Amino acid sequence: MRRYDTIVVGGGLVGAAVAYGLAREGESVAVLDEGDVAFRASRGNFGLVWVQSKGDGRPEYARWTRRSSDLWPGFAELLAEDTGIAPDYHKPGGLHFCFSEAEIEARRAMIHRMHNVHGPGGDGTRILDRKEVQDLVPSIGPDVLGASYSPHDGHASPLRLLRGLHAGLAKRTGAYFADHRVQRIEKDGGGFRVEAGGETFSGGKVVLAAGLGNRELGAQVGLDVPVRPLKGQILVTERTKPVLTMPTHVIRQTEEGTIMMGDSQEDAGFDTRSGTGVISAIAAHAVRTLPWLATVRVVRSWAALRVMTPDGYPLYEQSESHPGAFTVNCHSGVTLAGAHAQALAPMIALGALGEELSAFTSGRFDVRAN
Amino acid sequence: MFERTDAGAGGQVGFFFEGSRVEARAGDTVAAAILAHGERSVRTTPASGAPRGPFCFMGTCFECLVEIDGVPNRQACMVVVAEGMDVRRQEGAREATP
Ligand SMILES: Cc1cc2nc3c(=O)[nH]c(=O)nc-3n(C[C@H](O)[C@H](O)[C@H](O)COP(=O)(O)OP(=O)(O)OC[C@H]3O[C@@H](n4cnc5c(N)ncnc54)[C@H](O)[C@@H]3O)c2cc1C
Repeated sequence: MRRYDTIVVGGGLVGAAVAYGLAREGESVAVLDEGDVAFRASRGNFGLVWVQSKGDGRPEYARWTRRSSDLWPGFAELLAEDTGIAPDYHKPGGLHFCFSEAEIEARRAMIHRMHNVHGPGGDGTRILDRKEVQDLVPSIGPDVLGASYSPHDGHASPLRLLRGLHAGLAKRTGAYFADHRVQRIEKDGGGFRVEAGGETFSGGKVVLAAGLGNRELGAQVGLDVPVRPLKGQILVTERTKPVLTMPTHVIRQTEEGTIMMGDSQEDAGFDTRSGTGVISAIAAHAVRTLPWLATVRVVRSWAALRVMTPDGYPLYEQSESHPGAFTVNCHSGVTLAGAHAQALAPMIALGALGEELSAFTSGRFDVRAN
Repeated sequence: MFERTDAGAGGQVGFFFEGSRVEARAGDTVAAAILAHGERSVRTTPASGAPRGPFCFMGTCFECLVEIDGVPNRQACMVVVAEGMDVRRQEGAREATP
């Protein structure tokens, strides 16, 4: 039987970031992952490191997201130095375009509500009028009336990020097992026995980072993980010369020059097909925003499934019945990669989640009645 | 280099490559006509600037990108030459805005 300090179930962005962080803390880590049949949000997402709208109504989430965005520059540098794979992270700030006065007012109200979360100075998020937006993105269409702007927003290549995390893990005391779908997790003395791919692994701790698989696995170690899929579709164009200096929440230009457009929110169960209805709606919105996009060809499109909790905020928890079993779930695994590797993993290494994460346990989903 | 192995039955078609008139055979793809003309590279890559030319001839590899009649990034192997066509090299990535 193979023994590790920690067994991480799931090798997507969440599992890989936590595993990399644990390996950096000096732990021996095994990552058990499924094969190509799996649902893999980490291979199909949009690549934003996005702060401006996160945590309206949940200040702990706003702070946690901001912490990750603050960690990202150093984290990206560390990963590049460590592995030679730069995640192409840029933090030029980000824009959320508005097409009506009502939309601008709604963004203004959101900024106002969130103003004090980061201290009396706010966090620099503000409304820009059309003229100010034009100074940043000269090629906007006539329907863009303004935008909200945050200096903390940025974007990265999710595929390079994932590859970098896996490379960093392999370089240290991490072992990755593909085609090892975890079937059973059991208590074993002070630790856990995990059965996967016909083998048995033994770990002092176990971290469930299996995305949509966490619901089923959680039940085996006393964790309630009510995650469900939420489909998103994305379009990608041919490469062009650099034209967009910063990302918006639905359009961004990658380091390679392609322009990504997205992303829909569709309650469609485990269906990962893309379809012309949503594709044309995404394209039409993109062309309304940046009319010149009409002349740029789309070369690929796809759909992927987000990992959603009932209220959309992350779920971090250590099992009470099975201490040492943790679960990590979120729908912004790119944005939170910095925090997962550099803040969450050290907590897991110490065996306890910090006070700042107490708002993210599943207890919040319980209905209370007298 | 490439040589035609038969005289062919089709007629001649003239198009422009980088502004110079090139004679092709009717039915040639733009890629075939350019290779037959003696050019090996039709573009440079956006990544490194290295020269590239037609490779797969079946629309898969995207190595043969050229600008045709003002439209950038067209696959030369998928377009049949037409009289008077204006074909230019695709130097790196296209401009985004017209
Ligand atoms: C369209 C779309 C756009 C998005 N845009 C953004 C964005 O711009 N910014 C952002 O921050 N986030 C974005 N996200 C979200 C982001 O992709 C996810 O938060 C992140 O990828 C989740 O990572 P994960 O590791 O939890 O899940 P996954 O990538 O789904 O990985 C889970 C892994 O667990 C494995 N697994 C499951 N069950 C088992 C089992 N029993 N045993 C072993 N392994 C198992 C699976 O094989 C899989 O590899 C987007 C998502 C989508 C779908």
